[in-house]
Amino acid sequence: MAYSDKVVDHYNNPRNVGTLDKASSEVGTGLVGAPECGDVMRLQIRVNPETQVIEEAKFKTFGCGSAIASSSLATEWVKGKTVDEAMEIKNTDIVKELALPPVKIHCSVLAEDAIRAAIGDWKVKNAARQDTTVAVATH
Amino acid sequence: MIRTESPTAKGVKLPIYMDNHATTQMDPRVLEAMMPYLTETFGNAASRNHAFGWEAEVGVEKAREQIAKLIGATAKEIIFTSGATEGNNLAIKGVAEMYKERGNHIITQVSEHKAVLDTCKRMEKYGYRVTYLPVNKDGLIEMEDLKRAMDDKTILVSIMFANNEIGVIQPIAEIGKLCHEKGVVFHTDAVQAVGKIPVDVNAMNIDILTLSGHKIYGPKGVGAMYVRRRNPRVQIAAQIDGGGHERGMRSGTLNVPGIVGLGMACEICRVEMGAEAERERKMRDHLKAKFEKALDYVHVNGSWEHRLPGNLNMSFVYVEGESLLMGINDVAVSSGSACTSATLEPSYVLKALGLGDDVAHSSIRFGLGRFNTPEEVDYVSDKVIDIVLKLRELSPLYEMVKEGIDLTKIEWAAH
Repeated sequence: MAYSDKVVDHYNNPRNVGTLDKASSEVGTGLVGAPECGDVMRLQIRVNPETQVIEEAKFKTFGCGSAIASSSLATEWVKGKTVDEAMEIKNTDIVKELALPPVKIHCSVLAEDAIRAAIGDWKVKNAARQDTTVAVATH
Repeated sequence: MIRTESPTAKGVKLPIYMDNHATTQMDPRVLEAMMPYLTETFGNAASRNHAFGWEAEVGVEKAREQIAKLIGATAKEIIFTSGATEGNNLAIKGVAEMYKERGNHIITQVSEHKAVLDTCKRMEKYGYRVTYLPVNKDGLIEMEDLKRAMDDKTILVSIMFANNEIGVIQPIAEIGKLCHEKGVVFHTDAVQAVGKIPVDVNAMNIDILTLSGHKIYGPKGVGAMYVRRRNPRVQIAAQIDGGGHERGMRSGTLNVPGIVGLGMACEICRVEMGAEAERERKMRDHLKAKFEKALDYVHVNGSWEHRLPGNLNMSFVYVEGESLLMGINDVAVSSGSACTSATLEPSYVLKALGLGDDVAHSSIRFGLGRFNTPEEVDYVSDKVIDIVLKLRELSPLYEMVKEGIDLTKIEWAAH
């Protein structure tokens, strides 16, 4: 299969590879896919609690070149956006940017899922923390 | 394809071909033997009344001898086909039709080539009963399973000699012996084995054997079949009707240049097989040793002991096969990964070994052949090691395993 230049570029020079401290309250982690399906993406975001802006994003992906490129691109795109803005990213945007062929569309879907899962994790964590704060305050 | 000198490795031309189970480069000696038959000696081997036909027939009959000699048969037992897919179709359909009065049961096994499996599936539609034997973790059938599967309606056992993905060699002589004791026709798809390891149709009690030219450094589009004539005489019903060529079993004007090339390819294999197997085995073992030294979580798929000398099928766990291939794009190998297949399903052969889909996704097949060199093996192994290390840096699974997380305990959101 011929890959687009952008996929090759992300594969050769993946952006924002790495791991954030998943225990941190500022960090949201999304782990999507399954090893049996041949792709697993982990996307992490660090959100500024004051501004709700995603200041840092990291990923690691087990998967084909298109899966690696989709998640690499996703980290680039979420950085600098607020969590609400990041929720607006659609898999079709990724397909377009990377010129993914039809058989690779699921890679972009997975990347979108990863963004949503990371934000979801961050929201759950912070909702819980706010509850705790409230609970402590009433004592 | 134009192959250019590698900028980094001396004496290595890129891209490197290491996919010799898919097809092989034609040996120049084969082309040399074919050339006259592609030019001035163009006669139809079935033309009995002039010199053009006679000359073509001489070429064909010589090839028949050369093929027969490689597998311990007689020339009269060789018939020509377009390749192993046709041969496997003819063997299974031809036996099923010829012996239908005797029974309707066919036995094969799960990791056969699709040319056998899909043919068997069609036979089921025609009312035949097919047993698909399982394979063990080594990729081999258990003789006990075969014995148990046989009944008084069994007419045919079709088991491949060596597997095209994992290179494992089935217990052919034992299967042949059992089939002859039970009076069941034994067919073997031997495309990967003939010319690579010793094959003897009599010692192994093989009744029908299919082989192909392009797997043994011969031309594409030509193959041959061995059909036993004595002890016992085996008959097959023709599936292509016409001029009654090949003793009525396979009509159609013979592909004379292809057949001459196939004959020459067999001759070269017969003479050079021992030394070539040793050379390939050494390179293959070196490749494996280098991977095992440099990388953790690598393992060989299928039996190591019962294996073709040129085959290495290895899983680089926690790295997905297609992404690995993408990183070694100047090396031609194959992967069992779903992403490299048209169906998006990982290799059914690897799954049959009981490997998880995740391990199947991580597999690479290296197929060493006559024209590979030790320098190429070094280049390929260094490159693969490099890319695996890089992709493991990228792999969340590798990181989790290194942290001691049991991946099987995670509830994956399969999509």
